[in-house]
Parts: sequence; structure tokens; C-alpha cells
Amino acid sequence: METTTTPAGVQFSENLQRRRRAGLIFGAIFFLSTLFGLVALVVLLVDVVVTGLPWLNAEFLSGYPSRFPQRAGIKSAIVGSLYVIGLTGLISVPVGVASALYLEEYAPRHWFVNLVQINISNLAGVPSILYGILGLAVFVRFMAFERSVLAGALTMGLLILPVIIISTQEALRAVPEGLRESAYALGATRWQVIWSHLLPTAAPGILTGVILSLSRAMGEAAPLLMIGALTFVAFLPESIFDQFTVLPIQIFNWTSRPQPAFQDLAAAAIIVLMVILLLMNLSAILLRNHFEKLRG
Amino acid sequence: MSMEMAEVANPAIMAENRESLERIQEEARALEHPEPAPRIDEEAGRGPRVVRPLGRPKIRVQDLNFWYGPTHVLKHVSMDIAANRVTALIGPSGCGKSTLLRCLNRMNELIPTSRLEGQILIDGTDIYRNADPVMVRRRIGMVFQKPNPFPKSIYQNVIWGAQINGYTGDRDELVEHCLRQAALWDEVKDRIEDHAYGLSGGQQQRLCIARALAVKPDVILMDEPASALDPIATSKLEETIIDLKERYTIVIVTHNMQQASRISDATAFFYLGELIEMNETIELFTRPANPQTEDYITGRFG
Repeated sequence: METTTTPAGVQFSENLQRRRRAGLIFGAIFFLSTLFGLVALVVLLVDVVVTGLPWLNAEFLSGYPSRFPQRAGIKSAIVGSLYVIGLTGLISVPVGVASALYLEEYAPRHWFVNLVQINISNLAGVPSILYGILGLAVFVRFMAFERSVLAGALTMGLLILPVIIISTQEALRAVPEGLRESAYALGATRWQVIWSHLLPTAAPGILTGVILSLSRAMGEAAPLLMIGALTFVAFLPESIFDQFTVLPIQIFNWTSRPQPAFQDLAAAAIIVLMVILLLMNLSAILLRNHFEKLRG
Repeated sequence: MSMEMAEVANPAIMAENRESLERIQEEARALEHPEPAPRIDEEAGRGPRVVRPLGRPKIRVQDLNFWYGPTHVLKHVSMDIAANRVTALIGPSGCGKSTLLRCLNRMNELIPTSRLEGQILIDGTDIYRNADPVMVRRRIGMVFQKPNPFPKSIYQNVIWGAQINGYTGDRDELVEHCLRQAALWDEVKDRIEDHAYGLSGGQQQRLCIARALAVKPDVILMDEPASALDPIATSKLEETIIDLKERYTIVIVTHNMQQASRISDATAFFYLGELIEMNETIELFTRPANPQTEDYITGRFG
């Protein structure tokens, strides 16, 4: 091979072997990192499944909590979780998407808007227990919703609102500028551009954010413990003003008992929680694929 | 054949045709009797040579200044753009020609920190003081540099603009009419419901023209519409543009000198935000008055 020389007379030392070796080393590091996470997850899963599976039966799914492990079930926790998460979604998705639309498409460039933006980013990192304290003060006490599904959903809604706003903003920013411009150039109003082009194009990204944050809310126990969700609920909530419990609280409750049988029950409840999360994520992926197909 | 019939069926289009015929006759008379010689404006010290174009001015730009934040992008631009002609804006990158184009349909004001001074009159109406931006953009269509059809079907691409502007006529007829005008109908008539992204780049760009035509604009702005196309698609697009000037006033930004000389009737040369020279295209390319214009069109800088 010829040696190449720059005008300044500096020769290249191509050193291909060393460059390739660096690539190999880093490739191996990345693979090991992936393996680390994967192994930890598999060990955890196997442990939970082995412990919990024997307890997982129809009685467990349809029973109410009990002092006796043989008779204990998680019906009220499953229903409570679905109630709270459903209501959380109904509250936080419209508000979050609307806020993101305002910040991205309507808000003027102004120091106050920037301040709001910075605050939202910070709120996404605030520990969830603080949202629980806020929920206790505002929804449970001040607004007198008591320890109801509504108070829980509002608290959870606040918790995930920043994430929904930020992911919706990201999705809106990812819409090609050409799409906005060509719609405006046809004499569309801002709302027509948003409704016909921005929202459909950003929908997959918005959905991803919504599902990720709802999944997070599904697994949260701390804020709901704070607002005083019950740990022993032998009835189903019938309206949004009823008391409730959720799966993570039930799990937390069982793991804190001394009897080993309750530890096994907790493992069984974790399996149920994981299956529900998996189903939620699956439906999100299907929905996203559907929207992406529409987008072409 | 059927296109002519469709046109005959539409009284609005017939009236439009009559009007444009009258305009052409008027222009022809003006060419035969060029007694009122083209006026030449020379601003003292600056030395631009701006010859008023032949024909009725459709757009009148008066002492236009434009800023993006602190950057003064357009400096004291004054020019007339004649109706039913193709006017080319040329100049090196960053000279302000695209900015001027985007001022003509108030697209620039979507960009925060932009600021405009001066006047742009279209048919005598100041589009910045006496008009709603949404209406301005409806009347002044735009075709962008990169073909950017909506992620929808071909049919939906054409009809959407008309739909949101409250079009109540026959939709199928409008879609066919616009696609024919954009010389795309024959290629897509059997797959009108297909996704627009399945079209080639040249077809997509002609679809964007059809989309712009569907809201019945009088002016069409084109920002380097052929820059992403191959030579064959480009020549098809150019033919389409020449056909369209019968009905529309066309302003086109281009980096391609041959393209400007092939399709435009008048050409304006910009440099560093100033209008350096504007004249009939033949005049500008054969007898440029300003040495900067000459350097640019002969490829000595730019």
C-alpha cells in the first residue's frame, strides 16, 4: 500500500489493527453490560416465579385479603389498581398533551415560559413520596376527597404529568418542520395544523410516553401509602369516592409480615403485576405500530 | 380532452380564462408598442438597477427590510412582480432570496424573533397590515425545496387544503383538475388512494404543486423546487411551471442559472440581502448592468 502524504508533509500512520482492536474491546464491554442487566433480571424473575407460582390460582385472583395465607387473594388490589390507573390516565393524558401542545405550539418565547419548562423537567425527577405528601395535603385534606380512588388518581396524575408533557413535547418536536410549513402554506389555522398533522404524526411518540408513565404509576406504592390507601380492603371500590388498595401496596403489606407464607403470596402478586404491565406495554406497541402504519 | 370539458363545466374557471386571455392580449400590445419604456430606478449611492417588469404588477414590494433576531437579512428591497409571468430570484446562498419568498406569504412570521419593515402589496392590498395571515397563505401557494407531501393518500394530499378552507364543490373533480394541472394525473389516476410516499421524488413535487393549486391561489411561490430532483423530473417540472403561468403568477427561487433562463420571464439578482439587479430575463442574462450580476451569472463567484 502507498503511503499518503498531506501537503504539510505529515504522513498518516493508519494503524488499522489497533483501531480494529479498540472496536472489539468496546464491543465486548457493551455485550457484558447487557448481559449484566439481563442476568440480574432473569435471576429475579426465576426467583419470583419459583416462589409465587404454586400460590397462583383462581382462588388467589378472586379472593379478598385474609389473615390466613391459604385464603388470601388479590381481587380488591387488582381492581383497585385498574381503577386508579384508568382514572390517572383519564386525568393526566389530556392535561399533559394539552400542556405540551401549549408549550410547543402556542407559547411565546418568554422568560416565564422557559421557567415553566425548567420546572417541568425538574418535577419529572422529584421523588414520588413528595407527590404523596402533596396529594395528602391538597386532595385528601383540603379538597376533602378522603382516601378515595379519586385522590389516589389525582396524586398519581400529578406524578406522571411531567413525563407525559416532556415525551409529548419531544414527539411534537420530532415532527418534520416541512409538514408544519406545508400545512400552514395552504391557509390552515394553527388548530387545523395541530389536529390534522401534528397529533397524528406525533401519536406513536406520545403513546410511548403515556404507556411508560402509566406503567410507572402502576408500580408505585409510596405516594398512595402517603395519602393513606388502605392495606386491608375486603371490598371492591364502586365509585371514585370509595376507598381502595392497589397491587404494590398489597405486595408491600405482605412482604412486611413475618410469616414466610405471606412472602410467597407477595411473589405471586408480583407475577400478576408483571403480567398486567406486560399486557399494557404490548397494547402500547400494537397501538404504536397501528399509528406508524397510518403514517406510512 | 376531458380536462377541457371539466373546465368548460366550471363557470369560475371560464371567467378566469377570459381574464387571463385579456391579460395576455394586454401584454402583447405592450410588447408591440413599447413607448412607455421600462422605468429604471436607481437609488443614489447603492447602484441597483431595477427595471420595472412588463405587464400588470401583481406583487409590489416596497422598501422591505427583514431581520432574523439581530441579523439584517433583507435590506431596502423594492421590486414589482408582474402577473401571469414567471419571476426568478437568483443569488448565492444566504443572499435573502428565500427569505423574500417567505415574506410574500407571511411564512416568516412563524419564526420567532423575526421582524419586518416596509410593505408588500398584492393586488394593491398590504398583506401585512390589511390582511389575515391565514387568508394571505390561502391566496399565495407555496412549493418547498424538499418534496413534502402529507403522510396521507394522494387524494387526501390534494383535497385537504380545500377541505379546511371550506370547499363545498365536487371533490373528485377538484382533485382530478389539480392533478391534471400539475401534469400528474395520468401517472396516478389508477392509484389515487395510494400513500403519497410511494411516489418518486419528482412525482411528489408535482403532487405538492397540485396540493397548492387545490386552494385556488393566484400566486405560487416555489423555493428551489427542483433541487432534489433528477434532470428528467426537473424538465417535467419546468414544463409544468411554464404551463401554469397562464393562470398563476409564479415566483421561483433557484440556484440553477440555466433553469432561471429557461423558465423565467423576469429575473432578480440578490446579493447579501440587497436586490442588485432586476430585469427581463433575456436582458439580465445577456446584458447585465451590474458587474456583480455578471460575475454571478457567469459563475465567477457564488
